[in-house]
Amino acid sequence: MNMILALVLLPALAGIISFFMRKAYAARALMISTAFAHLSLVVWCWHTRPAPFYQGWFALDSLGLLFLSVASFLFFFSTIYRVGSGNAGALVKKRDFEGSSTFIDFSESVYCGCMMLFLSTMTLVCVSLQFGMIWVGVEATTLASAPLIYYHMHKRSLEAAWKYLLICSVGIVIALLGNFFLAVAVSEGGLHSSLVLSSLMNRASLGHINIFWLKGAFLLFIVGYGTKMGLAPMHTWLPDAHSESPSAVSALLSGALLNCSFLGIIRAQQLLNAAGAGQLGRDLLIIFGIFSMAIAAIFILGQNDYKRMLAYSSVEHMGILAVGVGIGGIAVYGSMLHAVNHSLAKAALFFTAGNILTFYRSKSSLEVRGVLRFLPVSGVVWVAGFFAITGSPPFGTFFSEFSILKGMVDQDRIFIAVAYLALLAVVFVGMVGPFFKMAYGNMDQLPAERVNREPILSFIPPVVMMLAVLILGLCIPDALTSLILEAAGELGGLR
Amino acid sequence: MKSAIDSILILLVLANLYLLVTSRIRSSIRVVAVQGILLGLIPIFAHSEGELFRAYLISFVSIALKGFLFPFLLNRVLSSTNLRREIEPIVGYTVSVLIGVALFIISLWLASRVPAVGHMHSVLALAVALSTMLIGLFFIVARRKAINQILGYIILENGIFAFGFALDIEAGMIVELGILIDALLAVSVMGLAVYHIHREYDGTDTSLLSALKD
Repeated sequence: MNMILALVLLPALAGIISFFMRKAYAARALMISTAFAHLSLVVWCWHTRPAPFYQGWFALDSLGLLFLSVASFLFFFSTIYRVGSGNAGALVKKRDFEGSSTFIDFSESVYCGCMMLFLSTMTLVCVSLQFGMIWVGVEATTLASAPLIYYHMHKRSLEAAWKYLLICSVGIVIALLGNFFLAVAVSEGGLHSSLVLSSLMNRASLGHINIFWLKGAFLLFIVGYGTKMGLAPMHTWLPDAHSESPSAVSALLSGALLNCSFLGIIRAQQLLNAAGAGQLGRDLLIIFGIFSMAIAAIFILGQNDYKRMLAYSSVEHMGILAVGVGIGGIAVYGSMLHAVNHSLAKAALFFTAGNILTFYRSKSSLEVRGVLRFLPVSGVVWVAGFFAITGSPPFGTFFSEFSILKGMVDQDRIFIAVAYLALLAVVFVGMVGPFFKMAYGNMDQLPAERVNREPILSFIPPVVMMLAVLILGLCIPDALTSLILEAAGELGGLR
Repeated sequence: MKSAIDSILILLVLANLYLLVTSRIRSSIRVVAVQGILLGLIPIFAHSEGELFRAYLISFVSIALKGFLFPFLLNRVLSSTNLRREIEPIVGYTVSVLIGVALFIISLWLASRVPAVGHMHSVLALAVALSTMLIGLFFIVARRKAINQILGYIILENGIFAFGFALDIEAGMIVELGILIDALLAVSVMGLAVYHIHREYDGTDTSLLSALKD
């Protein structure tokens, strides 16, 4: 059986089976073993790249493998975190600490089923090299993850899930129109053409493509997939969805899903490059990127909800990725490396935020004090995470953000460089207060005392993620460097 | 063949205008279903040589989903909410229809300015597709009830399908079926969400959903 097919079908089948499981522990065991099997298959793909499948519709190029590895790695640790985070899945009424009502969580089998379908659909996006299939995959990720956002089944999570569903579905339908525009663009000469990336790129480099319709298609892709990726001004669903979903899901949304949507835009940029019209795409990416960073910076300043703050930080980092690809050259390398760094750091922070939320029962950074004292491990990860997410040395994010800056300076794009640095500085200033007040500070009255404050499995995933970002800052493994270089090459950066 | 497609396209526009004036949700659902059936007929007339099987299959699946399954699902959701009509939309019905006409004229103008590509050119198809999409978006913004927003989403999608079908764009059969299945799942999940909204808030006004903000 083809490896690519296995990567997509394994979690899909396991997810469907999970819906029919009665026992919570069985569903959870199935989820962990599926996650482990998926991760092993992905590691195997690093060793032997699987052969393309179905006339090149499905293949794993370096870009796809890079994003798939991040998604699979995060998914595996999110399942471990899930087991670590206490009484999850017990069908009991809980008190809603923000509203006055009570709520019941989903049953564990539905949760695990949706999670595995979510993994399967993200994998589909990463391994598809045909524009229609990429679209089908991205839309399917929305549908698989919307129930996860509604996990707690109370009013706020319902509102978040509804906004997510409606805004992202509308956005993605616009990307569908982009696919049709693309089909019109390649129909010049009266030939039908399958929308497989490699054959399209061949046609484009020979000039057998209509540039007007291709540019139109790109515009629709960047608006459509950009909605899902969280580029401003289409990001409005993102803070709500990230703050209301359970932390393991927030980590995946932020670290894996946003990247996958970016992949949709990247594929279109590859085609635009081949057609010799890459400049339009790059300019648009820079505009959307800087605008996203600016919007995120504004909303991070004075943000009192720490999960929303992390969500806006994702908008900022998606902006950084877009700017990096838009600049080109070494910045593309920086951008791909930054995608990895951001995913790891953001997942660590969301996991830790989940631990803090369970202990303090408050999402307000004004009400949480002394994390380092009461939750020592989470506190350390929280402080380290602050430095990592704001791009301070020695974390990997520093080097990736620096590579993007170097790309700007190399091309003498000083205005963009100044705006980029200024916005990074604003975000740093906006985040430093809440993070440190939460980590240090004193609290007279603690919420109900817990027997076990920090179950070991709840802090292993964030610690692993944080160490990974740190290692990426100290020395990047050769295999990863060459993969990222190849990926950047596919995207037209660095020779 | 061309005249058949053109008449279908004109009927789609009329359906759009009817949707903008009616306040009764059940008849909106019916009109969107009719729109779906009309849309599903286009591939039969527009298919290229030797693609008969594909055209009929896509046509059949799309009529079955958009003409029958979607309205069935939406009517189920509607009966669980004991909602009949939208009394106070954000934009009134008279203004809505004027905006609809304006959107159609703008779409015609835009479509006439697009450069032609090979055989794939029809100003009317492009204009109808564009105006249907814009009206779908307008519907989502201008109506309060969650179920009307699902209808807006379906209208938007109908517009895009009209574009694809009328220009006989071949995205590959698997993709076309995949798109339709995604649409079905999207409508089901949204319908489920409306059911939960009604249960949680005792109403389906989306203005109730305003707890989350910065």
